[in-house]
Amino acid sequence: MNLTAFLFRRLWQMIPTMLGVVLLVFLLFNWVGGDPAYVLAGKMANPDDIANIRHQLGVDRPLWEQLLIFVRQIVTGDFGNSWATREPVSEIFRTRLGPSLVLLLPMLLLETVVAVVVALTVAAMRGSVLDRTLMVTSTVVMSISLLVYIIVGQYVFASLLGWFPVKGWSDDLWRNLTTYAVLPVLLGLMVSIAPSVRLYRTFILDEISQDYVRTARAKGLSERRILLVHVLRNAAIPIVTNVLMGLPALLTGAFLLERFFAIPGIGREIIMAVERSDFPIIKAATVYVALATLLANLLGDLLYRALDPRVQFE
Amino acid sequence: MAVERASPGLWMLAWRRLRRDRVGMTALVVVMCYLFVVFLALMGWVAQDWTREVGVNYAPPVFWAEDQDETAQRPAVDHAALTDPVPLYGLQDPLARELAAIRAEHPAADLAEAPRRLSLPLGGDKWGHDVWTKVIKGSETSILVGLVAALLATLLGTVMGAVAGYFGRWVDDGFNWLYGVFTAIPYLLLVFAIAAVLQQKGVVTLVLILGLTGWTGVFRLVRAEYLKHKTREYVLAAGAMGASHARRMFIHILPNTSHVILVQLSQNVVGFIKSEVILSFLGFGVPVDVVSWGSMLNEAQNELILGKWWQLAAAGLAMAILVTAFSMLTDALRDALDPKLKY
Repeated sequence: MNLTAFLFRRLWQMIPTMLGVVLLVFLLFNWVGGDPAYVLAGKMANPDDIANIRHQLGVDRPLWEQLLIFVRQIVTGDFGNSWATREPVSEIFRTRLGPSLVLLLPMLLLETVVAVVVALTVAAMRGSVLDRTLMVTSTVVMSISLLVYIIVGQYVFASLLGWFPVKGWSDDLWRNLTTYAVLPVLLGLMVSIAPSVRLYRTFILDEISQDYVRTARAKGLSERRILLVHVLRNAAIPIVTNVLMGLPALLTGAFLLERFFAIPGIGREIIMAVERSDFPIIKAATVYVALATLLANLLGDLLYRALDPRVQFE
Repeated sequence: MAVERASPGLWMLAWRRLRRDRVGMTALVVVMCYLFVVFLALMGWVAQDWTREVGVNYAPPVFWAEDQDETAQRPAVDHAALTDPVPLYGLQDPLARELAAIRAEHPAADLAEAPRRLSLPLGGDKWGHDVWTKVIKGSETSILVGLVAALLATLLGTVMGAVAGYFGRWVDDGFNWLYGVFTAIPYLLLVFAIAAVLQQKGVVTLVLILGLTGWTGVFRLVRAEYLKHKTREYVLAAGAMGASHARRMFIHILPNTSHVILVQLSQNVVGFIKSEVILSFLGFGVPVDVVSWGSMLNEAQNELILGKWWQLAAAGLAMAILVTAFSMLTDALRDALDPKLKY
């Protein structure tokens, strides 16, 4: 099957899934959630206010009409204003994306590089004391909650030792990267590296037991060359796909890190929206991140094909 | 006379392999200890009185307190002495009438405060609650939420996966569509969205949120198993003998997929405990009158700035030990149940 047909079919298949997401979010917020007017009107609401708000939100109309409004919002990207701050939702996402990316892109980059290097090292020495120690350590490191890392890390390295600012953000990209994002990135890596190392180690071990590795050894190639050139190239396929699948997470930001370090990103915005029942923001985030996830999956499949010609589109 | 011995079954073999796995057995013992404590707390035999203010505010742990032994107590506050009449300069006390009414209504109101300890085994929190009892009570909440939610998610995933894999065709398409929808939304975002919509907080709500969103992993694996098994001879034979679909699905095939389900269940417990802690920490989880590891960490965050590290250490350690043990147990279970796996 050629590329265009494949692309077309996959995009076509995405439609029912996307409709399902829209329906799920819609039912959740417009049916399960009950009447948002009471949330909005506050504690001292009179019936007139509530009727007024209900009319403004359109929740006094039949459900199918509300669904149409929701679909129109998704297609036009206009989710109206935040209920809490009256700021347009599109504006919120536009301005909060930057800080999230400044935090998460370096994290993703560092995580991938460090995890691949460590995984290669342990895979080369599989079964050794170092390998087993690292695997046990990674289980322990993974088991401590990110919350504990953040609370302790922020207290020790920022409050006590003063190596980093406790929290904050500036308008200057370089200053953010070199001062404000450093500690959050490091703390985030504490929990995200260990699972990646374990995963990449299995990818590499999968390749090491292949015939071509034996052939390479028989040719008299050095272990280093076999690992770095032959094995890594093949193990790169699942690794790259794995990294790619993680990309949509960039859009939701890092919930806990952004909240603790007062980084004005999307994750912090979503948590605040949940705290104050700011439904438009949550609805918009859910739908668009789902769309991004589906697209990233498709991109992953395409990349798989590009990296490994053996993979056939079916 | 030759004694005919039944060959050991899958579970017996798995148990023997697990018994030889020293790390796995250690993990199992640790997990069992936790479950035992949870059971005791659930029956109300321990940690029932965690709300009692037994120590002074921020009572330090015994081993940390400077030259204070555990039994040192702050004398009880004498409230009679505190109600020292304020000089009124001949004016009438404006609140006297209300006060008299309140006194008349609650004649036996016990104002005397019990003596408080200056240090506690693991320290005390802001109100002087014993951190040790709190950790036990918090473990009960967090582990129970994780366990029950995992059972719910596994049950949902198993039934849906079984139906989808067994019947195939449009049934499978339908469930696959649902799976696609649920996996398209990032897990935490979905959980947050549901938490935002459901206004009432509670342990049951929390279990429902986690259980109704966490079935996807089980579903995928169980469905694949059923796809594989439904055309095997033993299932066809059962069908030829007139076994109903339900009987073939749940009496014949299910035992053959139980190892997959068990490993997934174990993995889910760990995942849900972590999710519960994050949700409760952010205030979207357990209500304020329930203590869990997440709510303890939330309090501990502010205490740490004052240098009171004990509640953080207690809750963090209790959680880390259980999660480590549970993860290792999951790995050991996987190895024991599926020896063909290389890793």
